[in-house]
Amino acid sequence: MAKAAANTKATAASVERRPALAGRTLSAPGVKVEMLPPAERISLRAPQASLAALSKALGVTLPVKPKSSATKDGRTALWLGPDEWMIIDEAGNDPLADCAKVTVLHSAVGISHRNVGISVAGPAAAVTVNSGCPQDLSLDAFPMGAASRTILGKSEIVLLRTAADAFRVECWRSFSDYVFTLLSEAASDAAN
Amino acid sequence: MSAAFRISGAGRLSQAKTASFSFDDKSYTGIEGDTLASALLANGVHLVGRSFKYHRPRGFLSAGAEEPNALVQIVRDDARKTPNVRATVQELYDGLTANSQNRWPSLAFDVGAVNDLASPLFSAGFYYKTFMWPKSAWKNLYEPKIRAAAGLGVSPEKPDPDHYAARYAHCEVLVLGGGAAGIAAALAAAETGVRVILADEQAEFGGSLRFESGAKIDGENGFAWAQAAIARLKAMDNVRVLSRTTAFGYYAQNFVGLVERVSDHLKSPGRELARERLWQVRANRVVIATGAIERHMVFANNDRPGVMLASAARTYLNHYGVAVGKNVGVYTANDSAYAAAIDLKKAGVNIAAIVDLRDNPAGPVIDEARALGIEINFGRAVVSAGGKLRVSSMTVQPKNGGGERTIPVDAILMSAGWTPSVHLFSQSRGKVAFNDETRRFVPGTYAQDCVSVGACNGTDGLDATIDEAYAAGAKAAKEAGGKDSSGKTGKGAKPKVDAGESWSRGMLGAGPGAGPGTTVKAFVDFQNDVTAKDIRQAVHEGMRSIEHVKRFTTNGMATDQGKTSNMHGLAIAADELGKPIPQVGLTTFRAPYTPVTFGSIVGHARGALFDPTRRTATHGWAASQGAVFEDVGHWKRAWYFPKAGEDMHKAVDRECVTVRKVGGLFDASTLGKIEVVGPDAAKFMELLYTNPWEKLETGRCRYGIMLREDGFIYDDGVVGRLAPDRFHVTTTTGGAPRVMNHMEDYLQTEFPHLNVWLTSITEQWAVIAVQGPKSREIIAPLVEGIDMSDEAMPHMSVREGKICGVPTRLFRMSFTGERGFEVNVPADYGEAVWEALWAEGQKHGAVAYGTESMHVLRAEKGYIIVGQDTDGTVTPNDAGLDWAVGKKKTDFVGIRGLTRSDLVAKGRKQLVGLKTKDPKVVLEEGAQIVADPKQPIPMKMIGHVTSSYWSENCGRSIALALVAGGRDRMGETLYVPMPNGTVEVEVTGMVFVDEKGEHLNG
Amino acid sequence: MLLIRCPYCEEERPELEFRNAGEAHIARSTNIAGESDDDFEKFFFIRANPKGVIYERWRHIHGCARFFNAVRDTVTDKFIMTYKAGEPKPAKLPGAAK
Repeated sequence: MAKAAANTKATAASVERRPALAGRTLSAPGVKVEMLPPAERISLRAPQASLAALSKALGVTLPVKPKSSATKDGRTALWLGPDEWMIIDEAGNDPLADCAKVTVLHSAVGISHRNVGISVAGPAAAVTVNSGCPQDLSLDAFPMGAASRTILGKSEIVLLRTAADAFRVECWRSFSDYVFTLLSEAASDAAN
Repeated sequence: MSAAFRISGAGRLSQAKTASFSFDDKSYTGIEGDTLASALLANGVHLVGRSFKYHRPRGFLSAGAEEPNALVQIVRDDARKTPNVRATVQELYDGLTANSQNRWPSLAFDVGAVNDLASPLFSAGFYYKTFMWPKSAWKNLYEPKIRAAAGLGVSPEKPDPDHYAARYAHCEVLVLGGGAAGIAAALAAAETGVRVILADEQAEFGGSLRFESGAKIDGENGFAWAQAAIARLKAMDNVRVLSRTTAFGYYAQNFVGLVERVSDHLKSPGRELARERLWQVRANRVVIATGAIERHMVFANNDRPGVMLASAARTYLNHYGVAVGKNVGVYTANDSAYAAAIDLKKAGVNIAAIVDLRDNPAGPVIDEARALGIEINFGRAVVSAGGKLRVSSMTVQPKNGGGERTIPVDAILMSAGWTPSVHLFSQSRGKVAFNDETRRFVPGTYAQDCVSVGACNGTDGLDATIDEAYAAGAKAAKEAGGKDSSGKTGKGAKPKVDAGESWSRGMLGAGPGAGPGTTVKAFVDFQNDVTAKDIRQAVHEGMRSIEHVKRFTTNGMATDQGKTSNMHGLAIAADELGKPIPQVGLTTFRAPYTPVTFGSIVGHARGALFDPTRRTATHGWAASQGAVFEDVGHWKRAWYFPKAGEDMHKAVDRECVTVRKVGGLFDASTLGKIEVVGPDAAKFMELLYTNPWEKLETGRCRYGIMLREDGFIYDDGVVGRLAPDRFHVTTTTGGAPRVMNHMEDYLQTEFPHLNVWLTSITEQWAVIAVQGPKSREIIAPLVEGIDMSDEAMPHMSVREGKICGVPTRLFRMSFTGERGFEVNVPADYGEAVWEALWAEGQKHGAVAYGTESMHVLRAEKGYIIVGQDTDGTVTPNDAGLDWAVGKKKTDFVGIRGLTRSDLVAKGRKQLVGLKTKDPKVVLEEGAQIVADPKQPIPMKMIGHVTSSYWSENCGRSIALALVAGGRDRMGETLYVPMPNGTVEVEVTGMVFVDEKGEHLNG
Repeated sequence: MLLIRCPYCEEERPELEFRNAGEAHIARSTNIAGESDDDFEKFFFIRANPKGVIYERWRHIHGCARFFNAVRDTVTDKFIMTYKAGEPKPAKLPGAAK
């Protein structure tokens, strides 16, 4: 018993998590850019035959339509490629553990710390993102829930439209300063 | 207080809002809404610049973007001195400071004007002839002198403090040009509900409606109609209206570059405002409504200040309320100049005479001019303008010769007709066609989904223009998916033209008195000082193509790109060649339409946004410890950690010695990491790396080498097997993205049958290398669930467990030759775990070390760095790594390349160690190596130094080198010739420390 | 900047998201180790570099990350069509003369 107790104690993280740019925000007329709190993320790769089982395990139906996403109970599955999804869980549940229970062919790799999420929200959100992203972000071309890996200036990002006037921008941790700064500069110009 | 040439009651500016400004240190007053040109003209100032080559005094030719002469320097402060600004485009603001250019000591007395007297020396092609001899003088004498003398404005020397915005935009219909045609097209397109962008380079929309006082649309004055229409468009959600915005480039698939001048017209733009904004617009359909540009008449001294385009004078009067003179002459070959004369006359300006080259023109404007009592001379030409700093007279002669008459004037308005602005159409790769009847180039064959309307399409008359433009706008929108709104009445209906002005044809080429055989200075291209004579001379000297004539004379090569000069130049050349104009051809129109600042092209990509700067999770800690950083690709890496009083060498010496004696911490997070997952993971690894992988046990690691198909080393790194179907692959820092691409390429296109996937985990894991004899003692207290004994966790193994309570992938591996570990933890925990390890390390006296010590430590062990000790032509055998190539394998990328005859030939360059005979001498990396230092130059080079360091651990310098047949030269003396003497070196093995490798378990 | 149709994303996307990857339909031998010098030369070094229609590989690297094939005219720089990796060279090109 004593040994088990010691183990339990040691299992708790004795060091703090220090997310990149934690708490950074920028408000400009018509748009607010802010760092999102940490989330659980995996990169999921799988053939068609495995999708039903994986969807069930994850509790969200993996979308098969390009440039789309599906969300359920705080967990979003973003179609990134024909056999590639990014799962973002904002409810504190671990999609990696959920996939581990599935025996069908797939690859699930944890990327919770690889990526950071940045929220761009407000009437000028699309214009702000368009300062560096060459895609058409009108609601017709990039509707609610649309998701795509793309470019923002000189960085790769994953873009998810969370509302008519709100986006989630995901980028790699070390690019977050660049991406946040670019979005901030763009935000200051976006209302014009 | 009104300026002398401001006409009360004329123009559209509110007289109340004055703005003071200075030109060449003299103060003037203008009105808000003025351009610098209109404000100067209101003050009677015509002389504003000196020409490029002859330094002739120049004034304003135009009232728009086509201006070749009136280039000035606008000075806001030390860092913001914009040269070559067209005064006709620069909007006035209170406090504006402008200076003239290309003159010394003053604009009125310019020493460089001797060039005008010496002009025979500077005739066409003078660059190619005058400065040919002696050859050496070009570089040392002629070129610097010419450059100094010929410059226009002066560039600021400080960094540009302004910032520039950029954005991508998409629309169904993009309308370029906001005159009557563009507005009509935009209205029609907007009604259908599609996204419309309308852009115009002027501050106010209307185009020629700004000066055409006779236009009436929907019952309103043309300009007022334009403003109302723009207000309506601005109010629509699907329309974006951009003023002060120039479409400068038309690229593939209807991709158009626009520059919006956001704050150049403001007195003190706030820091939050960008100076310019670049719009990169992708349009489904483009409507080009860029209008036409009036041509000048080509006659002697047609460049004197005060000689200008008739439409310009009309714009200054009708829009800005400024008379360009008090006693004005008119020289024309078409009707439109009459309208200028009539408007000026009505405003109280004396029209000295209209000189019309045509024999017997008739029409309402001519009748009206006559009715106003203006003297009209048909069949006559102005053969010369008098005056120097300002025109003072015009000399008139019957066009076929005869008695001259000199008429005193203070301005001459000229019009040779109108040239359709086909620039953007041509940039879209459309082919222009020459209309023999109207003698102008108009859009012919289209290459993209665009349409030209109005004057730029050769459509004359306001009625026809509105008809055409409205229909084109509606059609473009419909094709792009808009709703059908035809037959609409009321507000959205087609504008109705109540009255319009019609344009008639004009003439091309030199006028009488400037024809063949004459040597007068009748300018074709003002900015580059090209005369009619120069064009003819080019033809005489053998130029046949207009492209050659252009380059020989520089006609059309100035910053205005020949907007007013191209057609005249072409006509004169065609005439001289005796060929019809289309056979001589038109020079190619290229972007940009008007000059574009570097700032707008660069946009946000300056300073911190020039390129991403990538920092690792421990960056803050390293910075707080005083680390010096170096750039490695986009990454900032801690280079060394100097203590007080230490220079780089002392710090590195201390770090290297301590790592081998005790231990050290190193941030290896930037190494590329790829997780290879799937049942076929080992099979895939077998194909991508030279090594065997199938039999690598779970929990073990292997140093892998990746080749390209040609057999040369592409990348290397340690690979750990986490599970039968899961590998944790590391790559070089710089190689990470391309290795991923290389692996994906083979997986997707050559081995798609394999069930395996690749995920970049470079940034998922922070990597803390803990190296040195005490490394295990430093780590062990923090680790949970991993037996770190040598038996349970031997060198080259990997375990998963926890450190400081967070998950870790703990590798036992070494890039120093000492016992070593690499602690992988999720990146957000990286810094905190580092701090915990650092605290443990402190107990043993360990150091933090940077990339420089990392390099030295690995070189002491002969571990290579791909990209430093290899250069894309090095095989595993060359690098002494044959042991890492699976001999029994039948396939891997590069297996065939390795057997190429040259790759197995004798005498290849091989990686060896070098020791200098003098241990204190540190070789230079990249230095060439020779066998015989006494041979004549050029010497036969047999290799080069790839890595070279001072090794405090060895007490001497060490080096690695690629040397031909290197491994057969052990013990040989070779030579490294350097500028300050030859260095003797001995060829050795590559391992300088612990040759037996005992430290790995030490 | 061109628009390129990605056959996996099923729409045109900006060129910035793509990367060219050289000539298409050059298969790596399944017995590459035993390939003759001539065959290896053809496979590895020789490229058609035509003036006109070229079959080439592109990767939607900043999009769906898939490699695919494209037919492009090197004179006009126009993409004639794109198709998925592994699909055969199209027998007929859209818009080509019969």
